[in-house]
Parts: sequence; C-alpha cells; structure tokens
Amino acid sequence: MSDARRDRQPVVEAKHLVKRFGKFTAVDDLTLSVDEGEIFGFLGSNGAGKTTAIRVFCGLLRPTSGVARVLGIDVTDDPEEIKRRIGYMSQRFSLYEELTVLQNLRFFGGVYGLRGKAYKEREKWAIEMTNLQGKEHLKTGDLPGGWKQRLALACAVMHRPKIVFLDEPTSGVDPISRRRFWRLIDEMAGEGITVFVTTHYLDEAEHCDRLALMHAGKLMALGTVDELKEVFSDRAVLEVKCPDIIEGLSLMSDQEWVLETSVFGTRMHVVVRSSEEGKRQTLRLLEESGNTPAEAREIVPSLEDVFIHHIEKEEAAK
Amino acid sequence: MRRTWAVAIKEIKQVSRDPISLLMLIGMPMLMLVLYGYALNFDVEDVSLAVQDRDLSSGSRDLVDRLIGSNRFELVATPPPGSDIERLLERGDAAAVLIIPEGFGRKLAAAENAEAQLLIDGVDSNTATTVLGYVNGIAAGINATRARERLRVEGNEALLSAMINYQPRVWYNPEMVSSLFLVPGLIAFLLMFTAVLSTALSVVREKERGTLEQLRVKPLGTPHILLGKLLPYLAISLIGVVLILAAARVLFGVEVRGPYPDLFLATCLFLVGALGWGLLISTIADTQAVAFQIGVLSALLPTLLLSGFLFPIRNMPQPLQIISHIVPARYYLVILRGIIVKGSDLSPFWDQMAYLAIYTFIVLTLAAVRFKRQEG
Repeated sequence: MSDARRDRQPVVEAKHLVKRFGKFTAVDDLTLSVDEGEIFGFLGSNGAGKTTAIRVFCGLLRPTSGVARVLGIDVTDDPEEIKRRIGYMSQRFSLYEELTVLQNLRFFGGVYGLRGKAYKEREKWAIEMTNLQGKEHLKTGDLPGGWKQRLALACAVMHRPKIVFLDEPTSGVDPISRRRFWRLIDEMAGEGITVFVTTHYLDEAEHCDRLALMHAGKLMALGTVDELKEVFSDRAVLEVKCPDIIEGLSLMSDQEWVLETSVFGTRMHVVVRSSEEGKRQTLRLLEESGNTPAEAREIVPSLEDVFIHHIEKEEAAK
Repeated sequence: MRRTWAVAIKEIKQVSRDPISLLMLIGMPMLMLVLYGYALNFDVEDVSLAVQDRDLSSGSRDLVDRLIGSNRFELVATPPPGSDIERLLERGDAAAVLIIPEGFGRKLAAAENAEAQLLIDGVDSNTATTVLGYVNGIAAGINATRARERLRVEGNEALLSAMINYQPRVWYNPEMVSSLFLVPGLIAFLLMFTAVLSTALSVVREKERGTLEQLRVKPLGTPHILLGKLLPYLAISLIGVVLILAAARVLFGVEVRGPYPDLFLATCLFLVGALGWGLLISTIADTQAVAFQIGVLSALLPTLLLSGFLFPIRNMPQPLQIISHIVPARYYLVILRGIIVKGSDLSPFWDQMAYLAIYTFIVLTLAAVRFKRQEG
C-alpha cells in the first residue's frame, strides 16, 4: 500500500463484518477497504456472500456484527443517507420494462430528486453515455440485453454518486456487450467514480485495480492481480496434456511433489515447486503408466489458478 | 413529497402503458356491474301459477281472477282434475299450484269456510316466502271485502270502525325494487375487488421483477414507496366509482340522492383502507398468483358474504356476526345505502366512519411496519 493511498479516507470500509441469517453465516469476518477512484472487484462463486456484503454496504441489510462504512457513514447509523449518495445496479438490471427509455431515466432521476435543468443535463449525458440516441422512446422491454444493461447503469448513476455498486452486472449479456460495458466502467473510474463490482467471470477481474476473493462468506485473498498471483512465486503451474485426463489426475494428485491439481477442459493444471524438475517427473510418471503421448509446459498462472489454490487451501484446513 | 410523486407518476405511466391492468381496474368492474346487476335480482315477479279448478264456479273463478289480476302471477297451466300435479312442481313448470276443490263456490255462497289448497315450490325459500306473502295478501283482501259486505248486510256497519286500518307506506324504495338495495353493495364489492388487487399485484409484480429491490436501494422511505403506490390507484379507483355510478344510473336507474361530497369522503376512506389491505397482502405474498388468492380469500369473499351485501348480518349465526365486524365493507355499505338510497348525508354515520378510519389506520400501519421489516 502506497503512502498516498493511506492518507485518503476509504470509500468503502469493512472491519470484521459478519452477517448471519439464522444459523447461516453469509459474510464471515470480512475486513477490506476500497479507495476513491478504484475499480474494486469482488470475486466468488455463487453463494460466496458477495451479494449479501453489497446489500450491507448499500444499507439494505444491517450487519450482525462488525463495522461497515460507506463514504465515511456507518451503515447502521444512516442507511438513508448512504442510499442518497451511492449508485446500485443489480444483476437483474431492474428497469421498468413497460416504460420507455426516457421514462425510466426520468423516474430514477426523480427518485433522486433531480428536476428541471439539472435533470435535463443528466438525461442528455445518460443518453450519450449509453449510446441510446434515437431510441429514447422505445419500450425498455424490447431492448436487447446489452442496451438494457447500459441503461440500468445510467439509471444507477443519474445523481452522480461517488461510488457505484454493481452486482454481477454482466450476467446474461453477450461478450461484445460485456466488453463495451467494461469500457464504460473504465470511463467512470477515470472520472473519479469508485466502482465496486461483483462478478464470477474471472476474465473480467483482470479489469479491476484490486480484487477480493470470497469463498463461503470468507475473504480468501485481497490485492492487485499481480499481488494475488504472487502465491505462485515459489512454485510453477504446469499445463499437462495426456489422453486420459481422469486417470492422469488421480495419479498426479497422489504424488508428494505435486502441490495442487485441477482440470481445465481437456487439460489439467499441476502446481509443482520447480518447473524443470516437475516437468520431468510428470512426463516420466505418465509414460510409466502408459498415458501417452503426454505434454507438459509451464504457464503463467491465471486468476482461476489463484482462486482454486485458495479454495483448496481453505478446504484442506477444514 | 417529490419522491412520492416520482413513484406515483411512474406507476400511472406504467398502468397506462399496460392495457391488461387498465382493463382489470376499469373494465372488469363495469362488466361485473352489468353481470351482477342483471343476474342478481331478488324481485319476485310473474310467478308461474297452475290452477286446478275442480269447482268451476263463479266463486272459484273470482279467486283465480284476483290472483292473476294482481300482476304477480302468470297462469301457466290449468291441469284437469285427476292429472299429475306433482310433475308440474317437480319439473319447475309452475312455482305454485292452486287447487280449488268441488263445492268451493257453494260454501262461499253459504257463508261457510271455503277451503282451497296452495302448493308452493319451496326450494328457493326466498321466492316461496314472497309468493306466500302475495297469496296471503290477496286472500286477506278478499276476506276483508267479504267481511265488510257481511257486516253491512247484517246491519252491523258500526263494527267496521273497530278494525285496524293501517296505511303502509314504503319509504326510500316505494316500488321495492331490489336493484336499489343491491347496487350500493355491488359498488362496495367492486371497489374492494379493484383496490385490494391493484396495490397487491402492483407491489408483488415489482418484487417478482426485482425492481422493488431497486426501489429499496434508492433514497425512498417506506412512506414514499407505499404512498406512491396508493395514490395513483386511489385516483384510478375514483374514476372507476364515477363510471360505476353512471352505469348504475343508466342501466338500473339508481341515482345518488344524497350529497356527493359526503359520498366522496366516505368512498375515499373506504378505498384507502382497501388499498392498504392490498399493500399488506403484498408484504406477505411473493408471487402474483399467491397475492391474487390471498386477495380473493381475505377481501372479496368476506365482502360478498359477510358485509350485508347479499345476506342480512342479523340473520347470521353469532360467530359470523362477530367476524363481520372486521369487514370494512360492512360499514361502508351502511353509509352507501344511506347516501345513495335514502338521500342522507354523512352525519348519521359517524360511527361507521370512525370504524372505517380505525380499520384504515391499523391496516396502513401494519403494512408499513411489515414492509419496512422486510428490508432485513
């Protein structure tokens, strides 16, 4: 953490945040802070507690214990003030489908108390940003998914919030629209808006300045993409190809010099201590078992490898 | 207030772009008014009467003429002596059969007790009671005339003045048409129907689509959202009231005799309570189908059965009478009949207004508390 970052007040802050529903702990001792202008990625599988955490930050849920602060305001003190000052977009886009594009903008603007000239200005901005010129009077329900998504984002930031929470904003949208959407997010971050985004697409995570990996309500790892990949600094990830992957996988995972194994489509990833030594041992083992032709090469670990590494470590600890 | 307004305006735009909900809110009540208005009719007219006259005397013919001449009966058959009378009643060809035995006219002329038998189809007890009343009335008329005749002949005319001579006058509904009684109930029923379902379905629809969650993340308090939902449907329901009143006047000749501002005030209070009930349902139901069912069970059936709309509350068993106290239509109906039929103003109905106000207050408070609690 640089000194400059330390000076500024975090936009989102959680300290030992816990949220339980009955006996189920959805968020378990979460501590993190998000700085101004950051694109902060919140990663995790379904049920990892991402949405619950976001709902706490948005003032929708009261924490069971711990502290959650957004823009310096404690969520238990003044959730209404938080709602006034943040933007939020859910995975369902949550637009009024039977209303037109403009009617949706006007409603969400009105909800934030925008009127007259101030509203008109933002409306113009929103239409330009979403590239919906000429489509203002179309029924929202008739728009393609990617357009709805951009409109939903525009509706969420009509009131120029300092921070916007996006809960799986790209689910169910085609790849081109996804890329376009991320360009919008980059632009917003450029304007100084903090973006707190959850996703389970690991490729999207590469757009984020910093990432939090969540699993079963717990924070597994936190840092920049490079920082996260540092867990592999003293080890190597091999991509191994062989005719019988299942057989190969069970064979490899029994070896004491193999740290982790996982399947990626028709290949497997094998984590070893040393690249050269590992490659040799792997090929020899596969040849001995007749699982040939086999190939092994070192690869740059992906976020997915990082993610699996943390989950396996956690599961092993149980 | 501005935020409430934003929600309300959005709601109106949404409804106006959704022909199905518009149809449900305004079209359905009109349709039901016509259907119920014509189908529900307690008036007993043109009762089908079969007469088996075994006497064929001037006395027996006179009795039959009197019955038919009352315009209440329609002579549908004159089965000859010995034919199967039961079948007429069984098949429903006749609602009543009059059997005049031989010697009826002779006994009458001889100032003896002349007997005749009347068989009434009692399956529909209301109609049977009314028919019995008609015949009793006509027979009593004949008897009175005969008695007077007798006294005059015997020179005892002085006794005539010793008789009760009451002058019945039916107020408010002199022709005793049932539509005058039924239409106010129908209005209460239709308003309950549209009001409860409109808010319940509208909020639950937002729940289903995920927009309600979006609203909760906005700087909107519970009152903003609930009022924003309530006000537009209050306006739409009031338009419905105007249409229903107009239709009731054109179709059934039912006019509002009392002052309109009083009617408006009572209707608004009743509607806010009903809309609030819909909001309360929306905090319980998670799907529109469930909301609809709860609405029908908790609002429509009680209004239909326990409000005094069709069945007088005082005839109900004690437990039902007690339950009927929490049916708001019970109070509204008294006010409506008072204003529409009796031409009264609101002043005699302050206690009904108070009940409605208490009901509305409780329902809205519960809805707000539950709605807020759902935030987690």
